[in-house]
This record gives sequence, structure tokens and C-alpha cells, in this order.
Amino acid sequence: MSDTADILATAAAWRHEGEDVALATVTQTWGSSPRPAGSQLAITRSGKMAGSVSGGCIEGAVADIGLEVLNTGIPRLMDFGITDERAWEVGLACGGKLKVFVEKLA
Amino acid sequence: MTPETLAALTEARAAKRPVVLATHLADGAQQLLPDPAAPEALNTAALRALDRDESGTVTIDGTEWFLHAYAPPVRLVIVGAVHIAQSLVPMAAHLGLSVIVVDPRRSFATEERFPNVTLMDDWPDDAMDKIAPDSRTAIITLTHDPKLDDPALDRALRSDAFYIGSLGSRKTHANRLQRLRDLGHDDNTLARIRGPVGLNIGAVTAPEIAASILAEFIAVRRNAAPK
Repeated sequence: MSDTADILATAAAWRHEGEDVALATVTQTWGSSPRPAGSQLAITRSGKMAGSVSGGCIEGAVADIGLEVLNTGIPRLMDFGITDERAWEVGLACGGKLKVFVEKLA
Repeated sequence: MTPETLAALTEARAAKRPVVLATHLADGAQQLLPDPAAPEALNTAALRALDRDESGTVTIDGTEWFLHAYAPPVRLVIVGAVHIAQSLVPMAAHLGLSVIVVDPRRSFATEERFPNVTLMDDWPDDAMDKIAPDSRTAIITLTHDPKLDDPALDRALRSDAFYIGSLGSRKTHANRLQRLRDLGHDDNTLARIRGPVGLNIGAVTAPEIAASILAEFIAVRRNAAPK
């Protein structure tokens, strides 16, 4: 069952309209992460957001990375979770852990 | 993602062709699978991801790939353009299902009652033959009219449909099963029919019954353990 909100289609439509669009995708989860692998969040430089990669815990941080990726054009694979040594200031309150791939739609 | 990859992915999805977007996590290189030019292990993993409709990270030859499965939407065939169907259709669409409503009674199956959905006014057995239900198809009969439900259920039982539900009281359902038995279906086959359809949540109104049906559908689709 696919997500109703077709984030890729939304992101593609934004790109088509000339927006700068970054796409974040959950690639792996551990523990009680709320969204499964494949969940997506699209971010534009103009501040639009669609979809989610967690229950709202890390969307803000992912959006910041998205803007960085838009500037550099270099994709990044991010770790989020309280068990990570290089822990981000944002973590998952649920104790889950996940990886998020952030890329630019060229 | 390059414009070429995005275009190819969008094209495959529009054509309802199952496809996997593979991302080489070390450098972000991407390609669509299956692809005859790709390593066999990668293609095999992609086909498995599509089969399970499950995206995830795999390690092949010591290197990590994220395989994003884009399987076409699951189809839901509703037989009977009745009141409950009017609640069921928008809720099913919200779940991302591709919905088809079958009812040869023209006064029921109108676009006014069912906007934005595929309507078929064929007799249910003919409709089923055209739809060709597969393992990514669910079928729910709602007419409780044997003339309409029975031929649909007969075809459903001969298919790989992963969910078959039929509305009606226990008594109606028992009679229905007897008629289908007379058509040559054995008890194991008949056990595939969820009847009375839906989880028992004390549903009364049409939207409540639709919610109970979809809750059961989700439980089956996601292999939920019984509580």
C-alpha cells in the first residue's frame, strides 16, 4: 500500500514549477521509529514541506540538511537516534533510530 | 536525483509498471531496477523488494544500496454501488488503493454518486474477467443480492485475490456459502471469504461499516497478529 500523499510526485511537480527541491528518504530504521523505510519528506528552498520521515521529531533538522544539500548538490546519508555517538541535538523521543538519505532533485 | 532518473521513474509509475529506485548509499548514484545490465544479485534483491512491497537497505558485495520499491497501487474491487460503497470509496482512495466499483444497475453506478473512481456496469463475472484479479487485488461484495454477489465471489475464489469480503448477516452468509459449494468450491476455498465482512467494532452507520471493512483489510494486508 503506497502512501496517499505521493511525496515524489509532489516533489517532481514543485521541481517542474522551477522550485529548488531536496528529497529526504528513510533508508533504514531500528526500534520504534514511527515511519518505515521509503517514507519521504520533500523540502523547497522557498520553505514548502510535504510528507514526513518521523513523527515530527526530526523534520526540522532534516529540512536544514535539505537546504545544505540544495547548496552543495552533494547527497548526504544522515543518522538520527539517541544511541548514536555523534548524536544530533534532535533525537527520537521514542528511542528509535533511523537513517535518512537527503538528495537534490537536479 | 538526475532529471533522467526522475523522468524514467515517473514514467514507470504512470504506466503502473513495478520498479525499484536503487541508490548506492556511498556516493548517491542511482539506477532503476530490474535492469539487464545490473548485477544479478541487485536485480534479485529488487524483485524481492517489489514482491514484498517493502523498501530497505541491502548490502551486496560489501556495498550498501537503498532499494525503494515502487509497486503499482493495490486494487480494490467493490461489487455493488450501494450506500456503504459511497463511504468505502473515498476512505479506500485515502489509503492509496486503486478503486473499481462494479454494478450493472445503472441507477446505482452513476458518476454523480461515485465521482473520481473507475465504474464498470458489466455483469460482475464479466467485470471480473476483465479486471483479472491478482495477488495485489482485494474484492468486496456489498449487494447481498445472490444474482450479483455470487458470480463475483465465484470468480474471486478462482483468482489469487488476497482479500475477499462479503457483506451480509451470518444467515445470509451461510446460504451464500452453500450456493458457492454447489458451484464446486470446497470448504478450504470458501474459508477465504471474510463473511460477515469487517472487524467486529459494533459498526452501525455506513461510514462505520466502511471503517470496519478497511480495518480488516489492513490487518490482512499487513499480516497483523490476532489480538
